[in-house]
Amino acid sequence: MPDLSINFAGIKSPNPFWLASAPPTNSGYQVMKAFDAGWGGAVWKTLGVPVVNVSSRYGGVNYRDKRLVGFNNIELISDRPLIDNLREIEEVKKHFPHHAVIASLMVQSREEWHQIMRDVTSAGADGVELNFGCPHGMCERGMGSAVGQEPDVLRTIVEWVMEVAQIPVIVKLTPNITDITEPARAARLGGADAISLINTIQSIVGVDLDQFAPYPIVDGKGTNGGYCGPAVKPIALNMVKNCAQDPYVQLPISGIGGIENWRDAVEHILLGASSVQVCTAAMHFGFGIIREMTAGLEQYMTEKGFHTIYDMVGKALPNVKHWEDLNLKYKVTANIHEDKCIGCQLCYTACEDGAHQAIGLREGTRVPEIIEENCVGCNLCSLVCPVENCITMERTDDGTEHLTWKERTLAGTIPTDFNDERAGGLHHWVPEPTAALGKEKHKTLPGKARQLGTPASVVNDLVRKE
Amino acid sequence: MAEYLPPTSEQEFHANFAQLKPRMNNTEALYESSRCLFCFDAPCIKACPTGIDIPQFIRQINTGNVTGAARTIYEANYFGNACGKVCPTEVLCEGACVYNLQDVKPIEIGRLQSFATRQVVESHKYLFEPGQPNGRKVVIIGAGPAGISCACELRALGYEVDIFEAKSQPSGLTVHGVAPYKITNEEVLAEMDYLQAQFGYRVQYNSPICSRPDLLALEEAYDAIFLGIGLGKTNALLLPGEERENCVGAVEFIEQLRREHHQILVGRKVIVLGGGNTAMDAASESARLGAEDVILAYRRGKDDMGAYEFEYDLAKSVGVKGLFNVAPVEIVGNGRVAGVRFIRTATVDGQVQALPGSEFVEPCDMVIKATGQAKQTSFLSLIPGLQLDGKGRIVADAHTYQTTNPQYFTSGDALNGGAEVVNAAAEAKVAARGIHHYLSAR
Repeated sequence: MPDLSINFAGIKSPNPFWLASAPPTNSGYQVMKAFDAGWGGAVWKTLGVPVVNVSSRYGGVNYRDKRLVGFNNIELISDRPLIDNLREIEEVKKHFPHHAVIASLMVQSREEWHQIMRDVTSAGADGVELNFGCPHGMCERGMGSAVGQEPDVLRTIVEWVMEVAQIPVIVKLTPNITDITEPARAARLGGADAISLINTIQSIVGVDLDQFAPYPIVDGKGTNGGYCGPAVKPIALNMVKNCAQDPYVQLPISGIGGIENWRDAVEHILLGASSVQVCTAAMHFGFGIIREMTAGLEQYMTEKGFHTIYDMVGKALPNVKHWEDLNLKYKVTANIHEDKCIGCQLCYTACEDGAHQAIGLREGTRVPEIIEENCVGCNLCSLVCPVENCITMERTDDGTEHLTWKERTLAGTIPTDFNDERAGGLHHWVPEPTAALGKEKHKTLPGKARQLGTPASVVNDLVRKE
Repeated sequence: MAEYLPPTSEQEFHANFAQLKPRMNNTEALYESSRCLFCFDAPCIKACPTGIDIPQFIRQINTGNVTGAARTIYEANYFGNACGKVCPTEVLCEGACVYNLQDVKPIEIGRLQSFATRQVVESHKYLFEPGQPNGRKVVIIGAGPAGISCACELRALGYEVDIFEAKSQPSGLTVHGVAPYKITNEEVLAEMDYLQAQFGYRVQYNSPICSRPDLLALEEAYDAIFLGIGLGKTNALLLPGEERENCVGAVEFIEQLRREHHQILVGRKVIVLGGGNTAMDAASESARLGAEDVILAYRRGKDDMGAYEFEYDLAKSVGVKGLFNVAPVEIVGNGRVAGVRFIRTATVDGQVQALPGSEFVEPCDMVIKATGQAKQTSFLSLIPGLQLDGKGRIVADAHTYQTTNPQYFTSGDALNGGAEVVNAAAEAKVAARGIHHYLSAR
């Protein structure tokens, strides 16, 4: 049985799954319920000077019939008095001494930071997370992402906190910045014990087509919110990786962004996270999802022979390279397994219109065929194919050659002028532009109704002839 | 034990004849439309006789443009709602869905289609209007799927259109001949009202055209005549005892059923003669009317039946039993039907042969003959120069459906010998274009 427990910058937790600072950690009631369900830790809904929230706070992005592939909120930090929160933190810790309770904090002055650090420490919090990420509302008041976007300010505030800190300090970073490693380095320089990322991404989640207003709508108006949910995972993974690979950051990372199952969590961990935080998925499906997450993680670790989380932290990092270090000699070609093909021809139209015209249709069958000499191995067909393992990408080079852009640059063999003979696509067949006209129009605009034309178009044709 | 008790009220009738393709709610339509792959050169379109751009309308439903979806459907097929419910989608669009090849349930195209069309029909959201009047007049005989479809298209092209209908309602077999569990009368007629309100053709009901003087008057008053007359009564079997009480034709039985619902009387033990889709319908309907035993008797083997497999499965599912390789030789009884004398048969080299000495009587108290409909040859002989083929079908140009009398055009069962509503709808659109071409060139 693998050991799921972690010691994250001194914060101990029975497993790496924490609830992120958000509505699910608004109260002691919710946090106790979550721990009872199996969560390892919880980052308390951000404490500070209590706010007043608007009604109508969340907006969702649905994809076809799938709800909340993206989620956004315009809710602010805790609107409950600090004293109530402190009392409940104390009570939770009494019931769950071995679970991690981390207090998320957001205040302004040095005195306030010192005061609230002392308050949460004496309430029994295992650590604190400085909220330098909130991208809506609070940033307009000079807090949240306004801090995270200014590395010097961030460092100063971290230094204030460290002056009194007796428990581990995590700095939560905003992704609303060009280079995430800059605030991460500032956190390190300020003396922080760990970082967590990403906070939400500034967003407009959708526009109401009748009211002409952004969601969520507050009395006919809206504002930008913070974006999260499954759709943000790729952005989060990249930023986690950037921080994990940066030689000047070197801090434990709590990964946040688009985690709703064990796979998402493992991905964050393989790219350098050693704890993970979840919010949207818990808001969507409730705390019960933790059962699948821990079970899946255990199963994966058992199959891979990982005894502890730390056996896998950052394991994918050596394989994340800069583009210039990738092997230009590596070639893959698409292969359609005819026995599995159902003839939807999505690969055909995707390659034809969206890639390199490397798939053809044949008379008498709906199974498309790869035109190997045109195939650049882009993967597009295999991505659009609805049948599992129907289109596979097969390696076609012999694996003996290795040449990167960096090496070509050093050797002076890269294209350097606009019409360079060494252009990668120079000898690749491209159809004449006019060959596009009318091609398969009857197939892309199908239906007999269109072939017949509308009654109005028929009448107009006759009028023109006359 | 019968699967169904005889319905004694309209409510019980509708319970016994519950819709096979019930209306989708918004959520179901969203889920189902989300599954569509949006195939390139989609097989479902090719399988649809009217060539509806199915992936397009499904995508429109999915993006919340239900009105646009209905327009896509109606542009191709004026019987868009009816066809969504009565089409044999299992062998047409849904049968062609690529999901079948993956052993995944095909998209429920028929139900999605009706989901979109019913919304515009019920909300009276009009999508079409008549074209600029061109001063020409066309008369249509028969307000069935062919006649109504042709009328809509001609009105859109600017023609004045009059329809003469022998019965009191439009839509022909859609309301009189389709099994009630496929579509209700109300739903059929609502679509008819919806079409007429938009296109403004005139229909005269209870106005059969049956004599040479009738036709002559039309020939003189109109520029072209469209024959949407369908087929006639059930073919006579020419068997002894056929005239006995409770020996009825399937077409007549179904028409009465659609008109009278639970008030129709069905036998306790019914024998349906035939192996086509109408036979399957009559058998299913008898069972749903509470007949204790329903036997489907066919002179060849099970696999030789003309009916779609899913139609036979449907009949079996309500308790209908098959009796194969038997030919009726006499309807026995004393005034009323008391049974059918059959002789066993064998099919040798494609020919049905009776096996001497194998006769037996299968008792019953009702016989439904589903042995095909007669062609309206005597009426058609009143039209000068109109040729019929060897099977009594009207001969017409394949691209214009102009008959051998140039003033006459045709579509539907009278042309194709008996097919689906969707075939009539498809052909009638082409015929309307044929009429337009013919009259524009004059």
